[in-house]
Amino acid sequence: MLSDRTGKGFFHHALTIREDICNGCSLCMRVCPTGALRIRDGKARLIEDRCVDCGECFRSCPVHAIIIEQDDFSRIFDYKHRVALVPAVLHGQFRHEVSMSEISAVLKSLGFTWVYEVEHGAEILKPAIDELMNVRTLPRPLISSYCPAVVRLIQVRFPALIRNLATLKAPLEMAAFYCRRVLRDRGAHNAEIGVFYVTPCAAKIAAVKSPVGEESTPITGVINMDFIFNRINRTLRNKVELPHGDDHAYSVDQDTLVWSLTTGEASCVNGRTLAIDGINNVTEFLEQLENDGITGIDYLELRACDEGCAGGVLLSSNRFLVAERLRNKARNLKPGNRAADSDDLPDIDAYHDYLMNKVRITDDIKPRSMYRLSGDRDEAMRMMKRSRRLMCWLPGTDCGLCGAPSCQALAEDIVRRRGDISQCVFIRESNMEKDLMDRERSNEIMRRIWGDNNFTKNCNKKGAENESN
Amino acid sequence: MAMNFEYRVEGGDFTHAGYASSQVKKMLKQLGVESTVIKRVVVCLYEAEVNIVAHAWNGVIIITLDADNILMKLTDNGPGIADIELAMQKGYSTASPEVREMGFGAGMGLPNISANADRFVITSEPGRGTSLEITINLNGNAV
Repeated sequence: MLSDRTGKGFFHHALTIREDICNGCSLCMRVCPTGALRIRDGKARLIEDRCVDCGECFRSCPVHAIIIEQDDFSRIFDYKHRVALVPAVLHGQFRHEVSMSEISAVLKSLGFTWVYEVEHGAEILKPAIDELMNVRTLPRPLISSYCPAVVRLIQVRFPALIRNLATLKAPLEMAAFYCRRVLRDRGAHNAEIGVFYVTPCAAKIAAVKSPVGEESTPITGVINMDFIFNRINRTLRNKVELPHGDDHAYSVDQDTLVWSLTTGEASCVNGRTLAIDGINNVTEFLEQLENDGITGIDYLELRACDEGCAGGVLLSSNRFLVAERLRNKARNLKPGNRAADSDDLPDIDAYHDYLMNKVRITDDIKPRSMYRLSGDRDEAMRMMKRSRRLMCWLPGTDCGLCGAPSCQALAEDIVRRRGDISQCVFIRESNMEKDLMDRERSNEIMRRIWGDNNFTKNCNKKGAENESN
Repeated sequence: MAMNFEYRVEGGDFTHAGYASSQVKKMLKQLGVESTVIKRVVVCLYEAEVNIVAHAWNGVIIITLDADNILMKLTDNGPGIADIELAMQKGYSTASPEVREMGFGAGMGLPNISANADRFVITSEPGRGTSLEITINLNGNAV
């Protein structure tokens, strides 16, 4: 991995590129919203400080070379009390007939002792957002800090908007605090409790592993949703006898059930709200907001994924179907529906005061500008001038053959001493024309970027004669 | 070692308003300027740019950037301002109802620029055009 000179390891990343699988096709580099990827030696490389864990690269990779780390499942057995925190979008992936109690039963057969829905935590967020909205001194619009990829995007690309972030933890943390508290009240020690989150995306993992603006997290580990989805699907199809338990006849409220979907949060907030999904839509909007061209909006719900968490990269089903199923379920719930959990558990509202004390993010959310060329202003000025001089020569075609996503990215790489002008094929061609470079040298550079494999015949590649994976 | 940039602005073209602000914003981020200072620059430039779009026939923005200061000169061909003192008052605007409909023309433009600039000079010749010179020190703080 490449590291920025401005500091290493600020963000923990859940996304890893498997070099043995990556074929350097560069699709990921072309979709990355922060320009965090380059191609070297025929492999995609990540510039860590720029990555916001949105997962667009994971989505685009045709050979599944990008993997999302998860904790070893057997780790759950290190704990006496094993809580699975399940977001509603997991359930939304299954046919209408599959009930939450069946899903819960499968999770229990895997070893969990308690299955709890994350959306309960949103019950605490509603009054917490109201409270913040009443603070007149806060800037408008307030921006929801629900989506960790959006929070990180703001840190690296829009540091001026950090002050607009609602300093609130996510429903996930609230649900986790609640579970721990309930178990402790029943005599368990904190060390005996393992709280595991079934995550729909990479950003949530990164947020759990290195929370922004928080010192510690009540969440013990993460399990990727695709893993759980496959296990549930298999069990249901094989009609394995399950331990019967009729807990979870949806005790989540109608409006909080769809909290993770686009408009789910915004529709629970008073005032003029706006919900935007998709990382490029979010970026475009923040760009304009930063220019001060938007007024009159009180609260912004921003989600990196299309359709909100239904579009999470770790979901296995079509995002539109997932969203539709959840909305449908929500409609069929009676308003204010609070069917008691069968385990005689106290409602999350019983811990309202305790959780409201924990809901605020207390530490500063720090800016981490990805644009800054140097900590020294004069040096940054020199670098900027040089980068602009280089742009006079680069073609502006953004062809990506240099291994950088755009001509401007290459120019900036060069002034940061992470690249060379001869990476540009246009420059090499014109240098060869003027006899300033020989063909052999040019080929060598091309291979240094794209590796040797792309120069040999391979009939097994996707779309070729004997396609095979 | 100052750098110069020039952006042309068309009167009435609200679709492309804000381009210069976006470009300048990115440069200031590259230079590592404090976000509070960037905010002030962007507010000034955006307001001034929108003023040209809303009131003038066309105009040009010349940005002079060095390590310590940004100078923004905006010169337009347009109706000009008859009473600058009046135009500088909060809430005063001659913007048309159509322009206000789009969310512009609240009469906060010039006062806003004045509040955010370190140095602000406005000159106008009614019937010919208006010229703004806005300077902001890049090492400064929020106002």
